[in-house]
Amino acid sequence: MASEVARHLLFQSHITTKTAHTSSQVSDHEQKQKDSPRSLTMSGHVGFESLPDQLVNRSIQQGFCFNILCVGETGIGKSTLIDTLFNTNFEDHESSHFYPHVRLKAQTYELQESNVRLKLTIVNTVGFGDQINKEESYQPIVDYIDAQFEAYLQEELKIKRSLFNYHDSRVHVCLYFISPTGHSLKTLDLLTMKSLDSKVNIIPVIAKADAISKTELQKFKIKLMSELVSNGVQIYQFPTDDETIAKINASMNGHLPFAVVGSMDEVKVGNKMVKARQYPWGVVQVENENHCDFVKLREMLICTNMEDLRDQTHTRHYELYRRRKLEEMGFTDVGPENQPLSLQETYEAKRHEFYGERQRKEEEMKQLFVQRVKEKEAILKEAERELQAKFEHLKRVHQEEKLRLEEKRRLLEEEIMAFSKKKATSEIYQNQTFMTPGSNLRKDKDRKKEPGYRLELLCFDVRACETIGGRKDAEEGREGPRAPGRP
Amino acid sequence: MDPLRQSPSPSSSRASSPRTLSCERLGYVGIEAVLDQLKIKAMKMGFEFNIMVVGQSGLGKSTMVNTLFKSKIWKSTMPGLRVPMPQTLQLHSVTHVIEENGVKLKLTVTDTPGFGDQINNDKCWDPILGYINEQYERYLQEEILITRQRHIPDTRVHCCIYFVPPTGHCLRPLDLEFLQRLCRAVNVVPVIARADSLTIEEREAFRHRIQDDLKTHSIEVYPQKSFDEDVNDKILNNKIRERIPFAVVGADREHMVNGRCVLGRKTKWGIIEVENMAHCEFPLLRDLLIRSHLQDLKDITHNVHYENYRIIRLKESHALPQGPGWVNLAPAPPPAPTGTRASPGPAKMCRWAEDNSDEDF
Repeated sequence: MASEVARHLLFQSHITTKTAHTSSQVSDHEQKQKDSPRSLTMSGHVGFESLPDQLVNRSIQQGFCFNILCVGETGIGKSTLIDTLFNTNFEDHESSHFYPHVRLKAQTYELQESNVRLKLTIVNTVGFGDQINKEESYQPIVDYIDAQFEAYLQEELKIKRSLFNYHDSRVHVCLYFISPTGHSLKTLDLLTMKSLDSKVNIIPVIAKADAISKTELQKFKIKLMSELVSNGVQIYQFPTDDETIAKINASMNGHLPFAVVGSMDEVKVGNKMVKARQYPWGVVQVENENHCDFVKLREMLICTNMEDLRDQTHTRHYELYRRRKLEEMGFTDVGPENQPLSLQETYEAKRHEFYGERQRKEEEMKQLFVQRVKEKEAILKEAERELQAKFEHLKRVHQEEKLRLEEKRRLLEEEIMAFSKKKATSEIYQNQTFMTPGSNLRKDKDRKKEPGYRLELLCFDVRACETIGGRKDAEEGREGPRAPGRP
Repeated sequence: MDPLRQSPSPSSSRASSPRTLSCERLGYVGIEAVLDQLKIKAMKMGFEFNIMVVGQSGLGKSTMVNTLFKSKIWKSTMPGLRVPMPQTLQLHSVTHVIEENGVKLKLTVTDTPGFGDQINNDKCWDPILGYINEQYERYLQEEILITRQRHIPDTRVHCCIYFVPPTGHCLRPLDLEFLQRLCRAVNVVPVIARADSLTIEEREAFRHRIQDDLKTHSIEVYPQKSFDEDVNDKILNNKIRERIPFAVVGADREHMVNGRCVLGRKTKWGIIEVENMAHCEFPLLRDLLIRSHLQDLKDITHNVHYENYRIIRLKESHALPQGPGWVNLAPAPPPAPTGTRASPGPAKMCRWAEDNSDEDF
């Protein structure tokens, strides 16, 4: 518990004083194995004074990495200023004003000066401030910065990682270009800077400073700084804790924001060629300290504080991002009983939790699936049964139909036989006698009983009337109704 | 001469591949000044160096450390006045801050009395490995905190000097076992102790035999061959590798030789000067450790050994006890040492051929 408190106190002290030197002494108290370090005097030359040189040699071998983000409206002179700062023509084409959204364009260059290799990444905002509705202007910038932090965090959290040859793309400094209106900060500028100040070191610069006169410039600078302070925007302060550079840094802090002019064109002034902008009324020299603050910016940005900018990015902004991100994910340093929890344990606990969840969900889905299958099966079985029943029913119906038809056929055949018999006998009668009137009446009665049969009998009777054999007809008439073929 | 044009990548989250531009011809930019900034920062923060000396008692470990840093880090023990030999291996650490020309160095020396002194020396390297791993563990725990310190105190052992007794024959089984195990966890520099008991020819023969032994058992001592970055490094390190193990003599008393005051051992047959290359190779050891390769030792510890430990630890995190315990690295078969170490390279190695696994958060 005490070590926890000590650790947290240490962290806070680092934020405020930024001196890492005290840490090496204070943290020793935490090391129970070691005594507090006593200073020893050596009786001779050992030779570790070459240590800084060894460090420098290693850094030279590795090379340096620096990432600059330029935020400003289109046409305000971002690319030109970068070209002038690094004395190189990076790219030539002008951007259009008609982009619907703000985009970020990042390009990496490898510069070399004597034996120092610098991997410089310039990120430009394209289309910033061009839209009619500028609400979404600063979000892509914030997202880009966060994405770089995220990439670094992912690399750092990998199991097999290679941090030493990882191309660090985190933004080390943001040059914010303020347009030289001479009045005050635009709302867009204020909003953007406010959203960026906790993520990146911001150095505001007044662009195209040759459009303002000296007196206006002074007033403008004071106005800008007071606005920034009153709105709580934290811009980057040059560090003043190291004696060698404290004085110059402190004076530079008073000159913020730098009023810069950028130009790669060379103009002959006196008897040498200098970088300048030529106007009909005079020449604005870029590297003349009376004309603009370009030299100060270069001094501060590159020569004096590049390392500190990188350091700040890594130890302050990145750590803040990391802490927030991890806390978002639910990791804490202190467990429920105030026991220091390691990230490991929390990670493991979370992993178990997630696995448990996943198992449960899988089970649920399985259950659901099985249930559905069962239902479907039941339905299908039902349908099958129904079909079967229908089939049976139909079969039966057909059977019955068949039987009936068989019956009918039989009857029909019987009738046909009877008929042919009748025919045969009637033909015999025809040859023998004619029919009697009495039999007519009987035939009429019989006729009434079976109407379907009547037609033939009628025909027969007619013929029989014409013939004489009547009794045989009557007998045949009585035989007929015994086998009715009613449908 | 326009540089190659590259199409801009719209809202890319990663920068495109770099082009090389030289700005020398166009004037002054001032990138070089970053070197000075680095130096200032380093001097302000100070340096840390942790060294461990391992060897049987009586081989002159404490004296050697005193000689290396030219101060009484340890009180050198005289035989007879010594406390009775400890029954188990113990580890003593001592921390000092020494300063030279504005450069502050926090030096921690860990001694291992009782190593190899028992009758049964089985597993006597376990406490040492445990200590080394414990330091890695401590660093790891600090590193994975949510609220981290600005500067994590580095107690990891950067270099382990192993004292080989001057038998003149070859490496003993105990030496081999120990070296095999430790080379995978820490930078080991073997030295022939008390080299004043060997003649120059005997030294050379002994040295060659030791080198052969090391090769047969594929023990990679510092400077490791697989971490040479470029040709210059290779040449430099090959020269050093030819002379490993150094035959050293330690002394912390001064004597007058030819009017000069030198550190040396006085015997009846002469004075052995410690800093004389003709007498012993102490200057080589000192130069290697302090003057030229100190930063490299720290880098390899941080980028290779610590990373290896971290990988193992994070992979088997669910099986390990909680808290700052230590992982007992069981000895792997000989091909493995080069295998586990060849894939993650140090700061200098550019060929990182193996693709990173997607075992991230």
